[in-house]
Amino acid sequence: MTFETWISEPVNWAFSAIALAVLFSGLRVVTAKNVVHAALYLVATLAGTAGLFLILSAEFVAWVLVLVYIGAVIVLFLFGIMITRAPTGLDEGLDVEKKLWPALLSVAVFVAMAWASVNAFGTQEILDTGNPTSTEILGEALLGRFVIPFEIVGFILLAALVGGITVARKDLTPAEEEEEAAV
Amino acid sequence: MRGFLYDLAILAVDEGKAIEAGDGGFWADTAGIMLITPFIAFLAILAVGKKLKHNGGEIAVAALAINLLWASVLFVMNMTGGVLTETTFEIARIGSDLVFELGWAVDGLSIMMYFLVNFVGLLVFIYAIGYMKGDVRVHWFFAAFSLFAGAMLILVGAPNLVQLIIGWEGVGLASYFLIGFYWDDLDNVKAGNKAFMTNKVADVGLILGAIILGVSIGTFDFGELSKLAAEHDEALGAVALVGGLLLFFGAMGKSAQFPLHIWLPDAMAGPTPVSALMHAATMVTAGIYLMARTFPLFQNFDDLAGDGRMWMVAIGTITLFAIGLLALVADDIKKVLAYSTVSQLGYMMTAVAAGGYTAGLFHLFTHAFFKALLFLGAGSVIHAVHSNNMSDMGGLRKYMPTTYWTFVVGSLALAGIIPLAGFWSKDEILATLGHEGFTLVMWIAIAGAFVTAFYMTRAVALTFHGEYKGHGEPHESPPIMTGPLVALAIPSMLFGFLNVPGLSLPGIGNFTEWLGVRVVAMGDYHPESVDWGLAAIGLAAALLGIALGWRLWGPDKDTQAARDRFNVPVLYPLLRRKYYIDDAALGIVGATTGPIARFIDWTNTYIFDGIVNAVGGMTKWLGGITYNFLDQLGVDGVFNGLSAAADSAGSSVRKLQTGRVQQYASGFVAGALILVVLFVFVI
Amino acid sequence: MVVSQFLVLAAALFAMGVYGLLIRRNIVLILLSVELMLNAVNINLVAFESMIVTTEALGQVFAIFVITVAAAEVGVGLAIVLMIFRNRQSANVDELDLMRY
Repeated sequence: MTFETWISEPVNWAFSAIALAVLFSGLRVVTAKNVVHAALYLVATLAGTAGLFLILSAEFVAWVLVLVYIGAVIVLFLFGIMITRAPTGLDEGLDVEKKLWPALLSVAVFVAMAWASVNAFGTQEILDTGNPTSTEILGEALLGRFVIPFEIVGFILLAALVGGITVARKDLTPAEEEEEAAV
Repeated sequence: MRGFLYDLAILAVDEGKAIEAGDGGFWADTAGIMLITPFIAFLAILAVGKKLKHNGGEIAVAALAINLLWASVLFVMNMTGGVLTETTFEIARIGSDLVFELGWAVDGLSIMMYFLVNFVGLLVFIYAIGYMKGDVRVHWFFAAFSLFAGAMLILVGAPNLVQLIIGWEGVGLASYFLIGFYWDDLDNVKAGNKAFMTNKVADVGLILGAIILGVSIGTFDFGELSKLAAEHDEALGAVALVGGLLLFFGAMGKSAQFPLHIWLPDAMAGPTPVSALMHAATMVTAGIYLMARTFPLFQNFDDLAGDGRMWMVAIGTITLFAIGLLALVADDIKKVLAYSTVSQLGYMMTAVAAGGYTAGLFHLFTHAFFKALLFLGAGSVIHAVHSNNMSDMGGLRKYMPTTYWTFVVGSLALAGIIPLAGFWSKDEILATLGHEGFTLVMWIAIAGAFVTAFYMTRAVALTFHGEYKGHGEPHESPPIMTGPLVALAIPSMLFGFLNVPGLSLPGIGNFTEWLGVRVVAMGDYHPESVDWGLAAIGLAAALLGIALGWRLWGPDKDTQAARDRFNVPVLYPLLRRKYYIDDAALGIVGATTGPIARFIDWTNTYIFDGIVNAVGGMTKWLGGITYNFLDQLGVDGVFNGLSAAADSAGSSVRKLQTGRVQQYASGFVAGALILVVLFVFVI
Repeated sequence: MVVSQFLVLAAALFAMGVYGLLIRRNIVLILLSVELMLNAVNINLVAFESMIVTTEALGQVFAIFVITVAAAEVGVGLAIVLMIFRNRQSANVDELDLMRY
């Protein structure tokens, strides 16, 4: 397949645009000098990913990503940033000084993974099923074959919630406890 | 689900008579309960032990009491008709034919061990309730103790090598907890580490041996392995030498054979009930049990693998004699007993390696009772005088009568005095060694019997006779501690009669028949009748040891004086003799009766004394040499060197431990990358 | 559309996540990088799913699971960050080297 035939498909125009946005914002997530900006660039990355999911006709996962990640997780992150009083303006001390080895390592990771993917799948086409009801299939799978893992994941969420509260709760000193009891 | 059904299997042709065994019915089907209750007890004690009156001791005792019910019923069923069955559950599968199973084997060997572990264990647990009263962390003690017994039951109930290894490692882990129980003192922690590390060295042998044997013959099952060994299978023969010797190496570690015995004397750091159980029924018997369980392999070792048995017998022989000598120079009463255990394990190992399946196991069986008795007696003494050293004891006979007479019974049984249990089992080992053609080994074993009697007499004399040299007023232990002593003294006296050669008890046969209930015939040698000549020699060696020990330590009021006398140079009596010759020459002129009387007197005083002192001095000298050079310098030196090497390697490697999470993450990513490249591009 | 285009994009996102994980000092930013990596995995899962078209939407099911577990991870992770910050007045990983030799 040549690049011309690939780019002649309209869906690939959309893909290229979204992919560029995702790559740019992803790069900014790890290079931004402002903590809040980094979190907001993650929002852009996730939004782009949701777009990719829509292209792949996985609309339920796409909206879950928007709701859970952009709606909840990022808010959690912003709270975390604010509570830890990380500088919200420009900060030069945000990264470690020596970046060469990490950079080489991550490039190597990218090369290895990309090469392996292209080697294995080459120009294999994604079948356009045109199936508009993938959400229905997903719902039946989640509450059918995968109902036990589904429940377990729910339990993990509960455990994480309890654990998070327990860990983050401030331990009261005996004097403070008395104060609390008096109130 | 039943794995192999050996219902009514035709087992062995013993004198042309086929033994038929039943399947044990309900009791055998549910025998797995014995493997589970100690673990339930372990969890229950951890959960609620602290709140109970005896800190969980009652739960541990209850668990073993339930087990003992099952074990006793099976024991009696096996006496009367034989029980042979196996219940297994498939856990996993490699390929199509290598199966991992868990379950429980019920046959003569495992029933004997079930009974032994639960019976001795129950008594030791009851004793421990009294012994540990008011100690620190008692609930943890009972929890770990239950784990110890439970792991041993998993080990002895194992129908295959995989489960045996699980129990084997469990026993090692629990022993580590218990040896280092008083971890407030660094020495005890080190002792626990030493035991664990030494055992680990040997465990590598066991695991490698199990893998080599299991993969080569396509099964880990003991029954299948035994059948193949009995048929001289070629696939097994190809790996029998390596696999068999590796299994033996594993057994050397747990059963404390030279030179891997070094951990056992240090293992005395744990509470005394732990030592009692460890030396009697659990832990150290595991190695002998492994040899017995895979006995068909070793029985046919010459045909399968060629030369190799000689080495095992040699190791056992060195252990039984050289390590026994060390007991002569120890002052800590528990160390005397520990060296004694190593020596007795040498007897068992020698017997099993030489082809005496029943002889070795019968000694294991009787030894468990009297060694547990001796350790519990020693614990009772230690409890009373608050010291482990015999130089702080003496004269306790008057203060602790029950402990005294039970300890004497145990000592006599260990020394091999007729008609106590140890006599019969030791005699069977001697007879088997003689029959199998190991004549030199047999004589060394007889010399070992002499040494055994010698050091046990020393221990009894220094602890219970003479004058009390410790502090305070010692008093007899409470009934909860003396009760188990009495309960162990009875089998120590009587159980020898279970396997008197040629004697078949009415209706139940004898120990040899019970142990022979296996998937294949063991085909070991059984003396048809008692060889009284050999028995007399063994007995004479033991009596000589007692007499010598008593002569050296017994009559003295002051033990220090006895020590000085013991250290008299060998030449000293000879000098005295020379002086007397002049005197005697003068006496010839005297009355006719004079020389005769004086000759008798001279013989009595000097020749006898001379021989006594010479033999005593020689033995002690030999013991000292063995201890100082062989044990301390040679064996300990090698192990200390190894640990020093590990230590320096560790301190240079630990610089990698920078505490920087991101450096670790870099390493992790780089490692993952290497794996990706390997898997995707290379392989 | 070929499947490789999604896989290469995911690989790029994953490598960026690795880079961020290794160079960031602030723990919150490290967690952000981890989210980036998890996101790359999700793209892979959904892309594979639409390539082989299972009847049970396996790839999407697992993507959902990954999202859920990631949410739990963020919750616990941020709680730990909060506690570390409270105890040490810093959220920089290179200052947390108590576990060194």
